[in-house]
Amino acid sequence: MTKNTKNKLALTGGYAAAYALRQIEPDVMPIYPITPQTPIIETYAKFVADGEVETEIIEVESEHSAMSAAIGASAAGARTATATSSQGFAYMHEMLYVASGMRLPILMVVAARALSAPLSIHGDHSDVMGSRDSGWVQIFCENPQEVYDKTIIGMKLAERVGLPVMVIMDGFNTSHSVENLEILDAKIVKKFIGEYQPEHSLLDIENPVTFGPVALQESYFEFKIDQEEAMGKVSEEYRKITEEFEKISGRKYGLFEEYQTEDAEKVLALIGSVAGTAKDAIDELRKKGEKVGLVKIELFRPFPFDACRDAIHRVLGVKEIIVMDRAQSIGSHPPLYSEIINSLYQIPASPAGRQDTKYQIRSVVYGLGGRDVFKKQIEKILEGKFDGKYLT
Amino acid sequence: MEHGAIIKHDIKKSPRTGSWRYMKPEVDKEKCIGCATCVAFCPDACIEINPVKLAKLATGQDKIKNGKKVVAIDYEFCKGCGVCAQVCPARAIKMAKN
Repeated sequence: MTKNTKNKLALTGGYAAAYALRQIEPDVMPIYPITPQTPIIETYAKFVADGEVETEIIEVESEHSAMSAAIGASAAGARTATATSSQGFAYMHEMLYVASGMRLPILMVVAARALSAPLSIHGDHSDVMGSRDSGWVQIFCENPQEVYDKTIIGMKLAERVGLPVMVIMDGFNTSHSVENLEILDAKIVKKFIGEYQPEHSLLDIENPVTFGPVALQESYFEFKIDQEEAMGKVSEEYRKITEEFEKISGRKYGLFEEYQTEDAEKVLALIGSVAGTAKDAIDELRKKGEKVGLVKIELFRPFPFDACRDAIHRVLGVKEIIVMDRAQSIGSHPPLYSEIINSLYQIPASPAGRQDTKYQIRSVVYGLGGRDVFKKQIEKILEGKFDGKYLT
Repeated sequence: MEHGAIIKHDIKKSPRTGSWRYMKPEVDKEKCIGCATCVAFCPDACIEINPVKLAKLATGQDKIKNGKKVVAIDYEFCKGCGVCAQVCPARAIKMAKN
């Protein structure tokens, strides 16, 4: 049940992100345009030009500089956000590690897009998957409603755990598609996010600190272990924040979403906007009596291994798991497929109520470079009529 | 453990980079015009502007007025890079063997 039925708007995913950012009102936003992320910063720049927000926008000359400026602003003690895609995202790669290593709670909205070469401006997860080990929290969204909600959740999470967070939507599929969504009252969002109180700040000259010193053989290792420990606390904090968010919005989020999994024999595991199409396909097949369901991963970093394992294993009848990836890991298995296998490998040998812990797990790669995925194709996968690796 | 390697400033824990030095900047307090150019250039931030106290002056420098503002170098931290001597517009800093 929602408390905000009056505040319904039709927005693209990009506009929804900008709308959420307007309500968050970060202190600083270093920006650089790139398709399909541009509508986010373009819309936000308009909010600033119209005097609706007091954010200081820094127009930089590249994404490397955008992330560098974000790091500087965040270290100075400012609430900081930015947005990017694809090549720009890849160009930031070096600085992403600096942001996470310094524990800076930067929020970055990403409209995920394919990487060159060959050049494509359309959606897939190649860019964000390329930085999955950068120490950033990665939250994926299915539709504009989730983009709006998770941008707000992401900002709060970043500041609570002291790590940078990226909120990811599918380029074009979500960033440029208009959907109905419910927005919250600005005052409610402000209260939910709260005042940002940085633990350390370069502008606090009474308590001077150094960010980013050299750490040699005797200390670097420990800082990296400490970073892993900080990431280890994120799942629990994310769960708590989504519960708090449910109280103000009526919308429930978690580490992942289960759809029709209770008695499912075949389960799809996937991320992002394709979940909408897959849910339609599942509804269609359920009408015919097929026992099919899906698990949509929402938090990809840190990956919720234990929860994911329990969710799939709890479904006693499950015989086949099909993992759908919108990215490759050339020379290895696709990213989500690897994580799902990792999760299931940790199943104890013979838990109560289940003898056989062997599943048939298949990988299907879809949608690279913005290739459309149709409901019929997903139905074929679930009906066992498609046995390829690439859903072209 | 300082999370994120964010270190609180504590002069007592700072490495004494003065031990690296093999050339030493020496200030000619007579020539120094107190412009503070070297203060901004010093990579170790170990130069300050202090009023001269006559008692501390070496012999031969007694022409300087008491209270004249000249630079003072903290040799605990000066690692002898010589940047101050290079940038001094009055050529008041000379590098000498440590």
